Amino acid sequence: MQALPPLIVAVPLLAAVILAAAGKRLARRVLDSVALGVSGAVIVMSLVLLHETLGGTSVYWFGGWHASGHVALGVSFTVDTFGAGVAVFASVLIFFAFLFSWHYFETVGDLYHVLVLVFLSAMLGMGLTGDLFNLFVFFELLSVSAIALAGYRVEESQPLQGALNFAITNTLAALLILTGIALLYARTGALNLAQIGRVLGQQTPDGLVIAAFTLLVAGFFIKAAIVPFHFWLADAYGSAPTPVCLVMSGVMSELGLYAMARLYWSVFQEGFSPHLAALRSVLIVTGVITAVAGGLMCFAQHHLKRQLAFATVAHGGLYLIGLGFLTRIGLGAVAVYAVADGLVKASLFVCSGILLSRRSSVDELNLYGRGRDLKVTALLVLAGALALAGLPPFGTFVGKTLIEEEAGVVGWGWLSLVYAGVSMLTAAATLRAGARIFLGWGPRPTSQTFASDPFTEQAAEEDEGTPETSGEGKRTPLVMVTSAAGLLLLSLLAGLSGGLAHGVESASARFADAGYYRAVVLSSGHHAAPVVHRASSALTSGIPAAALSVAGAFILSGLGLYRERLPSGLRAASLRFASRPLHVLRTLHSGHVGDYVAWLMLGTALLGAAFARALI
Amino acid sequence: MSVLPYLVAAWLLLVGCYGMVTSRNLVHLIVCLSVTQSSTYILLLAVGYKAGAKPPIFFEVPVGTRAVDPIVQALTLTDIVVSLAVSALLLALTVQAHKRSGSLDPSSLTILKG
Amino acid sequence: MTRRARLVVFLAGAGGLAALLLWAISGLPSFGNYQGPYGNVLNHVAVGARHATNVVSAVTFDYRGIDTLMEEFIFFTAVIGTTLLLRAQLAEEEEPADDDATDRRTPAMSDAVRLGGFVMTGVTFLFGVYMVLHGHLTPGGGFQGGIVVGTGVLTVYLASEYETFLRVSSPTVLDVVEPAGAGGYILVGLGGLVGGASFLYNFLPLGVTGQLPSAGMIPVLNAAVGVEVGAGIALIVAEFLEQTLQVRKKQQTA
Repeated sequence: MQALPPLIVAVPLLAAVILAAAGKRLARRVLDSVALGVSGAVIVMSLVLLHETLGGTSVYWFGGWHASGHVALGVSFTVDTFGAGVAVFASVLIFFAFLFSWHYFETVGDLYHVLVLVFLSAMLGMGLTGDLFNLFVFFELLSVSAIALAGYRVEESQPLQGALNFAITNTLAALLILTGIALLYARTGALNLAQIGRVLGQQTPDGLVIAAFTLLVAGFFIKAAIVPFHFWLADAYGSAPTPVCLVMSGVMSELGLYAMARLYWSVFQEGFSPHLAALRSVLIVTGVITAVAGGLMCFAQHHLKRQLAFATVAHGGLYLIGLGFLTRIGLGAVAVYAVADGLVKASLFVCSGILLSRRSSVDELNLYGRGRDLKVTALLVLAGALALAGLPPFGTFVGKTLIEEEAGVVGWGWLSLVYAGVSMLTAAATLRAGARIFLGWGPRPTSQTFASDPFTEQAAEEDEGTPETSGEGKRTPLVMVTSAAGLLLLSLLAGLSGGLAHGVESASARFADAGYYRAVVLSSGHHAAPVVHRASSALTSGIPAAALSVAGAFILSGLGLYRERLPSGLRAASLRFASRPLHVLRTLHSGHVGDYVAWLMLGTALLGAAFARALI
Repeated sequence: MSVLPYLVAAWLLLVGCYGMVTSRNLVHLIVCLSVTQSSTYILLLAVGYKAGAKPPIFFEVPVGTRAVDPIVQALTLTDIVVSLAVSALLLALTVQAHKRSGSLDPSSLTILKG
Repeated sequence: MTRRARLVVFLAGAGGLAALLLWAISGLPSFGNYQGPYGNVLNHVAVGARHATNVVSAVTFDYRGIDTLMEEFIFFTAVIGTTLLLRAQLAEEEEPADDDATDRRTPAMSDAVRLGGFVMTGVTFLFGVYMVLHGHLTPGGGFQGGIVVGTGVLTVYLASEYETFLRVSSPTVLDVVEPAGAGGYILVGLGGLVGGASFLYNFLPLGVTGQLPSAGMIPVLNAAVGVEVGAGIALIVAEFLEQTLQVRKKQQTA
């Protein structure tokens, strides 16, 4: 269908508006059904769009304003396979979020569905747009709807702190992006990505271009929670309602990196190409720092949602490393990994929601042993942890292996150690939590455990006491278990489908070819779609790394549980090496928004300095 | 002066951020955020300016008269209204924060940490 | 971090950022030298193409109409978020406003203020509506006019009591009116699709340049946005006032 791109974005918005106007008069189940129906419809529309884009990128001009000569008069949606893929992924996660929240919020009003539908629309728009300012507008819409959702349960103090920190840092992100846009507009007089890319591609990057790149990347890094722009994430995720967390973790942060990739490949890549290796180093190093810091913080948490939040940060760093290779193979590999990983994290969020609903707590220590009869949830958590570590045949294994292979190709082979190590940390945290909660392993936490343990400094009283649902049910609602299982299953399928890896190849070839992109949008000259020549990998090279991650995860989680039983020399050594830096790291996450803004400024300045050094 | 508006925009950005970092009151912080937002408007409008040109309104003015850039004006005006609403949202969060914790100081709102 | 440490980190960052921005400014065309094609092209063709003399409105509601639709929805979402956050919590209840407490003697509103307010409100509303309707001809439009209308609603409160304000700005009504404004924009956009053209295609008759009914769907969209923004502002003000005047913690002996 010709008009599919605008409809995909307009339908959820229209539904949101109708629900907002009529919601008070409608029964809760009607609202739920409408929301599920709309998101299901969007899934179908996105799949159709995805199918259409397999043949090539297409462009949709709003208002009928086609480009005249090389000047774009209106706004375009430039839909390629990746964009449509984002649409499918986002709508699938939102569908599961609505399914999951079927039994949540007994006393909630109508506005939850409105906000989530708007949130969906914003994500769809970000994936499909071909215009820089349009991207910014969808980015702001995404932020505002997420902020409103993060502050949804206004009953306790926590959600407010999370929502406030989220709101202030992400508004600053939007500001930085808009400043970057203003600079680019001054240079190129255009807002269409293809047109800007055409003008910049004919120039050598100077201070203005590098500064604009820095500001744009910094803004998107804030959204993607890359160190040191990431502090807001754990606060926000740890306090937003669980159905919202699963979408934010699964796709919102990844959209920040998607936007950065889109900008790089369609606007900046040609101008920066002489300095590819140096730029690569900057991005990879940033990714490594993020992954390691996130992994360590993840392991140190015992609040389940904060744990998953830091896992999101850590894996975001892993995605950035892969994107940082600045090759189209790296791009495709990260896409596979991000989708599979996002599904797994969403599933784990659902499991934490089940625990919250059945046991009124999401603190690992508080829940010690209390999950013994939640057998299905336990299995799902185990499977999720293994998927995080990259166990074949989950999609995470496929993605990681492809990335590690590409790392070798670009000469950064040692990065597979980083991938193994970080996924080890995040999986170990989940395994440790699961063992404590579902099996009752490890020493029983006493009040002393909280006070004296340098690895878990938070007091038990900081647990979130009020459940998001109306009470502890006798059986876990079927929809919740189904959501968790369904998400994991999709991740498994992503790994098993060989077609995915190949489809991603040609998709990333088109994403990374600025000339082709420009030809489609500005119809300037005939540029054939890029052809892909690559034998598909057997993926066996990834098995040792995966085995290492999985084994390491079990070992680390065992260490986490039974630290007391280590010989005292070993314990003293581990305390000396690990606890001091960890303590510093944890103190930095102070919860104070002024700190976050200061780090944000420093991060932007450092990024600017690094890019300047790399690109001049 | 040929770069003054740009310098003003840069100054506002930095000074607004300074206000946010050193703020001891959430309402003050949100107003500093507004100040920082206004730096982007100044930058946008300054980028679109043409010396000695007319506004891009051609009511009883012949088309072809030298006029400033309408694009940045369109971007700015919608953005101002939107940031108004976002400030309202932030202030609503602040009202509730004050009710819960009795204080408007960001340092007192650090339950989530580590 | 301590305040000092925070300041040190900030100053390091701000210094670097200042250097970056100065470097960028050195690459900008000097002030007053806008060159780029986008604005110039539109200044030349917009009036002829869309019969709208206000090119900024043409850009906002036609050339880049989808941006405006999304900005409108950001506004809509922020208003919804504000409403959500300021609703009475389970532990709170809504009491009659202090103005009405029988044991409190609020000074009666003076007639001069009432009269002045009445006049001002009338003028403000009228001016706001004028701005919205003439947005395609002269400076103004849905956003600007909507804000003025919203201000008019606020002057109602300033010049009279909370109850009168509630009658003008009743949340129940506004809760429907505001989404209607947002929805209206989408429906007009969908109207463009009906003829086989694209979303937000200007399918209404363009009329004669310079007259009030002209420029096709631009005045319609202006009206939709004006309604939404005006209702949104009124709703925000109503919610804040309700939170301040009415919402109290439930009495312990309830």
